[in-house]
Amino acid sequence: MAEAPAAERTRTNAGPGRLLIAVYLLFAIAATSRAGLQIATKFDEAPVAYLLSALAAAIYIVAAVGLARAGAAGRRVALACCSVELAGVVGVGAFSLARPDLFPDETVWSGFGSGYGYIPLVLPVLGLLWLWRTRHAPA
Amino acid sequence: MTSAAPAGSPVDGLLAVAAIVLSLLVAAWALVATLRHRAPDRVQFTGLAALEAVLLVMAVVALVALAGGERPGEPGAFAGYLVTLVCLPPLAWVLARMEPTRWGSAIVCAVCLVAPVVVVRLQQTWAVLGG
Repeated sequence: MAEAPAAERTRTNAGPGRLLIAVYLLFAIAATSRAGLQIATKFDEAPVAYLLSALAAAIYIVAAVGLARAGAAGRRVALACCSVELAGVVGVGAFSLARPDLFPDETVWSGFGSGYGYIPLVLPVLGLLWLWRTRHAPA
Repeated sequence: MTSAAPAGSPVDGLLAVAAIVLSLLVAAWALVATLRHRAPDRVQFTGLAALEAVLLVMAVVALVALAGGERPGEPGAFAGYLVTLVCLPPLAWVLARMEPTRWGSAIVCAVCLVAPVVVVRLQQTWAVLGG
């Protein structure tokens, strides 16, 4: 009924893209508040972990903005963010298992995002898929 | 008035249960709407409004407890979760209004699945378990 026609589905900020943006926003809020609190109250305990949390938070925010703005620049920003995010969650996930001493406290990306239902691992993949599916969008 | 906060936690009890159940009901309804290719309907928006009302009452109860000198186990995290929690239904509302397609219903569903998790985290940050 109220379904958008196929042609309108190629913008990154409509349809499924809006759901993606919503989830990115939720993670931006979660990661930002977590990082902010950790850095403000106990930065000395695990500086690496907390700085990574802050980086993850920044990436979630920028990715959400990139997807929401659509257009060529927005797409490039979103593409860069999703790539870094995927590398980050895989890298930090592997690293947190190999060298747990470096991560005495959890980050969003520890254990491949296990503390957040592995959504941090799935999210960048969905983002990249979505960018791929909408690649013919008018810039 | 309802939950008289037995022995401590103001975010436990009837209100929290009501919030979690209501949130999950709205999520289920929104999921059905998503699967049926339906845009967010009045039931979803009414549900979000009701959920927000329950959450605001819960927040007031928590603030009253704080004013009365009670302290959560992790004050900073508790405040963060509380603020996030009352912002969730309005966020879902705005995004669902912007997206009058099945994906708007999917957004309502996603947010209403997150809210119960935040309620539980809120309870955990009040009573730090095995700290």
